[in-house]
Amino acid sequence: MSDTQLAWVVWAVLLPLGGIVVNLVVGRRLGEKGIGAVASLAAAGSFAVSGLLALALLQHPEGGIYRLATWFNLGSLAVDWSFRVDTLSVTMMLVVSGVGTLIHIYSIGYMHADVRHNGDPQRFRRFFIYLNLFVAAMLLLVSANNFLVLFVGWEGVGLCSYLLIGFWFEKGEGGLGNARAAKKAFIVNRVGDFGLLIAIFLMIGAFGTLDFDGVFAQAAQAAPALLVAITLFMLLGVTGKSAQLPLFVWLPDAMAGPTPVSALIHAATMVTAGVYLVARSQALFLPVPQAQAAVTWVGGLTALFAATIALGQYDIKKVLAYSTISQLGFMVAAVGMGAAVAGIFHLVTHAFFKALLFLAAGSVILGLEHGHEHAGEGHDPFDPQDMRQMGGLRKRMPLTFAVYLVGALALAGVAPLAGFFSKDEILVAASERFPVVFGLLLAAAFLTAFYMGRQLILVFFGEPRSKAAHHAGESRPLVTMPLVVLAVFSALGGALNLPGLHSLEHWLEHSLVGVKEGHFVWAVALGSLAVALLGLGLAWLVYGRRAPTEQDALARPLGPLYRAFERKWWVDEFYRLVLLRPLGWLAQVLAGPVDLGLINSLGDGLGQGSQLSANWLRKLQNGLVRSYALVVMVGVVAMFAYLLWVR
Amino acid sequence: MTITYYLALSVILFTLGAVGVLVRRNAIVIFMSLELMFNAANLVFVAYAAYYQLINSQLFVFFVMTVAAAEVAVGLALMVAIFRTKHSIDVDQMSALKG
Repeated sequence: MSDTQLAWVVWAVLLPLGGIVVNLVVGRRLGEKGIGAVASLAAAGSFAVSGLLALALLQHPEGGIYRLATWFNLGSLAVDWSFRVDTLSVTMMLVVSGVGTLIHIYSIGYMHADVRHNGDPQRFRRFFIYLNLFVAAMLLLVSANNFLVLFVGWEGVGLCSYLLIGFWFEKGEGGLGNARAAKKAFIVNRVGDFGLLIAIFLMIGAFGTLDFDGVFAQAAQAAPALLVAITLFMLLGVTGKSAQLPLFVWLPDAMAGPTPVSALIHAATMVTAGVYLVARSQALFLPVPQAQAAVTWVGGLTALFAATIALGQYDIKKVLAYSTISQLGFMVAAVGMGAAVAGIFHLVTHAFFKALLFLAAGSVILGLEHGHEHAGEGHDPFDPQDMRQMGGLRKRMPLTFAVYLVGALALAGVAPLAGFFSKDEILVAASERFPVVFGLLLAAAFLTAFYMGRQLILVFFGEPRSKAAHHAGESRPLVTMPLVVLAVFSALGGALNLPGLHSLEHWLEHSLVGVKEGHFVWAVALGSLAVALLGLGLAWLVYGRRAPTEQDALARPLGPLYRAFERKWWVDEFYRLVLLRPLGWLAQVLAGPVDLGLINSLGDGLGQGSQLSANWLRKLQNGLVRSYALVVMVGVVAMFAYLLWVR
Repeated sequence: MTITYYLALSVILFTLGAVGVLVRRNAIVIFMSLELMFNAANLVFVAYAAYYQLINSQLFVFFVMTVAAAEVAVGLALMVAIFRTKHSIDVDQMSALKG
């Protein structure tokens, strides 16, 4: 690729930043439409740039590296602001900016209602500035050519995630709930980022460079123990950012953010950064099967674990959040076992249908809020996200229902929708390399179909269970239009890598190492399809035949097990007990006895000591000149005595 | 000629002066006692000057006398100022700076 073509990549990052500048400077005068248009155009510009890069890559699939500037030279370590244009990064850029643009457009309609519902229309502009900042940071993350620039993007998206989870920071449980959720996301991510940083430091120490090519070239000769250390620390970073066991706890709470944020950051793009990182670093993982197994097991366990929790949730967004964790588990397992193409494929299709599901859920929430106000119960406490308050929305919101159905079936893995093909590839890879993880993933796939069926039935079927649901209305076209686009992608996304064609595989071959020819196994495909249909059918049997009650239909037959699902396996309580309690206790000890007791009394003691001694010493200063004279005299005599006799 | 007598006289004079400074409360008397101590020192200077045939010591005596005169001038001025405010020149009364 020529240098001018490569230079376009910078614009992908700069355009959203330009959108921020415009909105910061003149946004107040632009009005809501103007602000939304500027932000959306900035994101669309990035998408156009990504598209141009993709076209250029068709001619020169080997891609290239664009060096913008030197960042710093530290001894032998040189770090540049350099960008990598290859098939993998451009695929990610297309997803980020494409889904991002649709969500920007959706947000114009959604936030218009949301800022009014929450009573602060001034915050509209802030939302789009944060959203653009996120797109810029995410594009920097995926287009970076070394681990440090990647880390800048990694932290940037974390910051935006924090800002947007806490967008209504004064709302939530007790006026602190959202702020606490934002803080939780930030702090839990800090644990993961620590791991990634240590991995980066180890790479500097071992390889003397952070450039992808330099690191990966030396990885083959590196000591296995070193690679295991690097990859496991990297895995810690992945578990933080991509919400895997044991650091997934922040993602469900992150649903406190506005729904477009949940769709963009906490489903489609940011949380897949970990998957991207492992796919990009395949060269580090391939020589060490232990690390690969660790990643695969983390992903497989997370997939099943989160899927069980999703069964017990009533909040429409919480179900999707746990579903996201579960699907991220699929991707992490895929990239862990070396099936990076399958992982990236699932990442792309998941970005489509999970963004669709979240945005459609947002449309449902808008509809319910609308219905709630329409029903004249404006000031009663009412949770528009509680699925027990919904029901029968199929007739009230037909378009939302249609797209939700597409998204849910795609997620459940029903052929021929996108999710079927991508999940199937992961399952095939797992069945060949990790039979036990294959079992976990298959169980997770079954549960996925089941909880999506449950959600569909609770939200859209049956009779309305609240006045708000009775009066719910379809959302504006600005909201539903992106849904339709995403629904088309969710339905047809499987065409990216159809069995037999393997177009995505051939595309990614140029930038991923160790790509193995994927194949289509009829047994696995039919099995996973059967599992998906079984899950949906079972959901219909359990929830569809009679009106849902306050208690979940599964609560009685499953008993304590369902209670565990509902209470999220007490993971939060467990962390509170083993981490927060001891840390809080330690902080209490350090603040109380140690700081107030020891350190403070040390300072106070110094002060009191000098005061006491001064009190005593001031008596010497009695103001009597003659006594001073006596002291001088005695002193002189003593000195003379010393000089005469002692020396 | 023996120097011992001069030195003994000087010691006696100096001790008298020192005791006077320490025990008397009247500032004028303290000044007079100070003069006694100066002149005891001067006596030692001139005694040694005669004994060793040195001119330097003689010179020092003049210095001491000059400085003493200046000191007395300043001191008496201070006394006058203090007397105006306190109506007393008892040095034990001048204890405003005690701790």
